[in-house]
Amino acid sequence: MTQHVFAPWNDPGEKPLIQFRNVTKRFGDFTAIDDLTQDIYEKEFFALLGPSGCGKTTMMRMLAGFERPSSGQIFIAGQDMARIPPNKRAVNMMFQSYALFPHLSVWDNIAFGLKREGKDKDIIAARVEEMLRLTRLTKFAKRKPHQISGGQRQRVALARSLAKAPKLLLLDEPLGALDKKLRQDTQFELMDIQEKTGTTFVIVTHDQEEAMTVASRVAVMDEGRIIQVATPAQIYEAPNSVYVADFIGDVNIISGRAKPTGDKVVTQWAEGQPDIIGTTTTEFDPGQEIHFAIRPEKVAISTEEPQDAANKLQGKVLDIAYLGNISTYHVELPTGHVIKAQTANTRRLSRRQITWEDPVWISFTDTAGVLLER
Amino acid sequence: MRQFSWFNATALTLGFAFLYIPMIILVIYSFNASKLVTVWAGFSTQWYGELLRNEEFLNAAWVTIKVAVTSSTIATVLGTMAAYVLVRAGRFSGRTLFSGMIYAPLVMPEVITGLSLLLLFIGIGLDRGVLTIVLAHTTFSMCYVSVVVSSRLVSFDQSLEEAALDLGCSPFDAFRLVTLPIIAPAVISGWLLAFTLSLDDLVIASFTTGPSATTLPIKIFSAVRLGVSPEINALSTIMIAIVTIGVITASLVTKQAAMRQARDERMAERPA
Repeated sequence: MTQHVFAPWNDPGEKPLIQFRNVTKRFGDFTAIDDLTQDIYEKEFFALLGPSGCGKTTMMRMLAGFERPSSGQIFIAGQDMARIPPNKRAVNMMFQSYALFPHLSVWDNIAFGLKREGKDKDIIAARVEEMLRLTRLTKFAKRKPHQISGGQRQRVALARSLAKAPKLLLLDEPLGALDKKLRQDTQFELMDIQEKTGTTFVIVTHDQEEAMTVASRVAVMDEGRIIQVATPAQIYEAPNSVYVADFIGDVNIISGRAKPTGDKVVTQWAEGQPDIIGTTTTEFDPGQEIHFAIRPEKVAISTEEPQDAANKLQGKVLDIAYLGNISTYHVELPTGHVIKAQTANTRRLSRRQITWEDPVWISFTDTAGVLLER
Repeated sequence: MRQFSWFNATALTLGFAFLYIPMIILVIYSFNASKLVTVWAGFSTQWYGELLRNEEFLNAAWVTIKVAVTSSTIATVLGTMAAYVLVRAGRFSGRTLFSGMIYAPLVMPEVITGLSLLLLFIGIGLDRGVLTIVLAHTTFSMCYVSVVVSSRLVSFDQSLEEAALDLGCSPFDAFRLVTLPIIAPAVISGWLLAFTLSLDDLVIASFTTGPSATTLPIKIFSAVRLGVSPEINALSTIMIAIVTIGVITASLVTKQAAMRQARDERMAERPA
């Protein structure tokens, strides 16, 4: 069976919907976006992820037309957007605060954009009803925004921004105000709606879990630059830098000097400790500074010395975090490094074999971690 | 509940007595049958009847209302526009100077405002009358409107306007369809403030008026110089009544709106 993989960014014949060309945005002395070039394709669910102040919101506001680039160009569907005001763009935005009009009912909020187009009354009514059904709000059409719950408000905001069937929908931290359970449900709802409508979504978030769940590609940003753009799996399993590895999920970083040996690279990291063997496609010079990054769930922990592990280190348990589905062990090595190892709690109420202060072995294969230059 | 001590009771009585005894005396004497203001001669409403037959007072009242309605309406439009620009236009050069200049007339002595307006009207050869009072009142009440409206605009979520633009509104439509309906209560209270200020202004009106236009405060002031008549007491009582009814109505309306809002929000929290 052949399965179609959605990856227009790998297809050189595909025309991007959005193109950033050497875009820089300065606010006074502060550079919010620094010479950024990036393509986003049609039907993508593109996530801009980064800490606050990294420029992700500025990028989104430039797409909506609320900010103009200081230099460089932005193209949407091949058209230069420099002189096009927000009300003339086939782009809609869902605001972080939802920005629902408090003096209008749910129905009128959704119809607002359609009315501005001067469409026929019946067409507007049909479209609003369709949006209400899509977001399961039909019952609340007559209510005012302050008469509905936070989750419902969020859906009104989504319905309103989708009503005009924009080419591009911008979502600014759309789920920030919802509690965790509702947020997870809504993430799947968003993906479902994105698939149904075929709209290109660009989402801004600081929540890495959210970005990983919804996005087809994630751009990790820092200080006005995009550090890495890749699918969620690639970002997680093959980060291109310590910054990305550290920003997404939990990670152990061991820094040392490279010693290439055939197809393997050995990291010499501490006196009297066995070198760490890793696999990489990147060339490293002997003696070059190198960072070995490994996710906690790829580190095994045992009380007895493992027989056939490529890497094994001895330490003692410093701390145990029991999270229900998993447990994280913080293992202190004789060098003072603390390595996190995670195990899934697959059995109920099993007697815990490992406890505080226990001497343990941690081990991992030679392909479990990644070797990073910076 | 905290105890209502004798100290609290005394303080409260003294304070309110200080505020209201003069007005209470005025109201009581307006029902005095005697023509002598300070001698009580039994209850009577005759001065109210005489007041209604007094053409001069009725004319002055009509002029005052015309001036107040017109000037407060113009002041509301101009003041709202000024507030909008000062709050929204961001940091253009001279913004601090402009906002300072908008508020300066608030603390300017009325005598100076009145005198400078008088000089201006003489200078440009404008005949003094209703028009000049309207212009003068617009000038000084506009800054009050702009203070009230800009304090509302500061707390206004700007993303609402951005959302309107995003959904296809021109900047003017965004103001007309989103901003204005939301800040309407502030605009209305700005209008009421301007109206009240115009209603009871004496100083600026006397500088800028001409022989053809006499407002009620001017009329009362000039009548009192010839001696306080029971008619003036009656007129003042009516004004107190109008103001009281207005204030009570306004606060009731505001309170009810707040209660409705709170009830609606409670209902929203209930699972649907």
